[in-house]
Amino acid sequence: MSNTEEKKQDSTTHKIGIYLWIWGLLFVLSFFSYMVDWYQFQGMLRWSLILFFMFLKAGLIMAFFMHLFWERYALVNVLLWPMTAIACFIFLMVSEFKYTVFTRFFYFVVGG
Amino acid sequence: MSDPKIEGFELKPGFSGMAKDTASDQTMFKGVHWGKAMMWIFLLSDTFIFSCFLISYMKGRGSTIVDWPNASEVFGLHVFGVDVPLLLIAIMTFVLITSSGTMALAVKYGYERNKKMCGWLILATAIGGLTFVGMQAFEWSKLIHEGVRPWENPFGAPQFGSFFFMITGFHGTHVTFGVIFLFIYAYKTFAGHYDEGKRGWFTTMKGDYVEIEILGLYWHFVDLVWVFIFAFFYLW
Repeated sequence: MSNTEEKKQDSTTHKIGIYLWIWGLLFVLSFFSYMVDWYQFQGMLRWSLILFFMFLKAGLIMAFFMHLFWERYALVNVLLWPMTAIACFIFLMVSEFKYTVFTRFFYFVVGG
Repeated sequence: MSDPKIEGFELKPGFSGMAKDTASDQTMFKGVHWGKAMMWIFLLSDTFIFSCFLISYMKGRGSTIVDWPNASEVFGLHVFGVDVPLLLIAIMTFVLITSSGTMALAVKYGYERNKKMCGWLILATAIGGLTFVGMQAFEWSKLIHEGVRPWENPFGAPQFGSFFFMITGFHGTHVTFGVIFLFIYAYKTFAGHYDEGKRGWFTTMKGDYVEIEILGLYWHFVDLVWVFIFAFFYLW
């Protein structure tokens, strides 16, 4: 029993440095994403910067704080593949809202 | 952080390891505590709920022909005679990231069986979460005073209010429950329940520091959701 516990400890703790690095990076990235609003970037530049910092932050939190980087692929893949369903849903709803806003503009201008 | 060696058998890494784990006719998540696997499944379902909220927000905002309220003005604060855009939200983001970092360290010290450090860090996390909820309550009351309702608001498209209260409210509820459990777990850590293997209230499972990691998963998820809310609701 004590033997397995020791073995478990080897695999479950990491050096404090990695957590502090990720922590610091998250602060820096949050600061940058706040700067996007501060300098009032607009249009494609704004949206791509927001998405870039968002995915970087989310990835760092999931990989290191939630330990997914060290988990076995059986768990990682069970968690990440369902996200493709969400991506599909987003794609469907984007085309849906484009259609809705088109019909609204059309009928407000042309009339029923 | 699964154990790569189980009962003397070396597990294969990577995709071939995944195929072997899945096809082994045994437990699929090898070396993963069942509580942790169940927390992950719960978080996955929670991901879908929050995604549905954010996607319906996207659809609502995209299909309205009235101008959407400018978030950096609506959530700006007037401090020391200057208007600072989005100040409160930026502070909330930093508070939540701080508490996420202390939680990650608490998990690490828990596995090193360092009771004191682990307990204090969980307590620090709980206080960070409490600060966050307090600031959210301030933000809500400020907006309600300014006349934001789920059906109307003075800034622009009327859908803004309902999406705001629904999304941040649901997230705030998650934070609140997280804070309650953080206080309970801080007590349990200081009381030494995880060193002695004391059983919990509704379970026959013996107390172990893996519970801190499970709690940590939930707390990091709350932070993760905030990353998306911050990007899509406040910055976009």
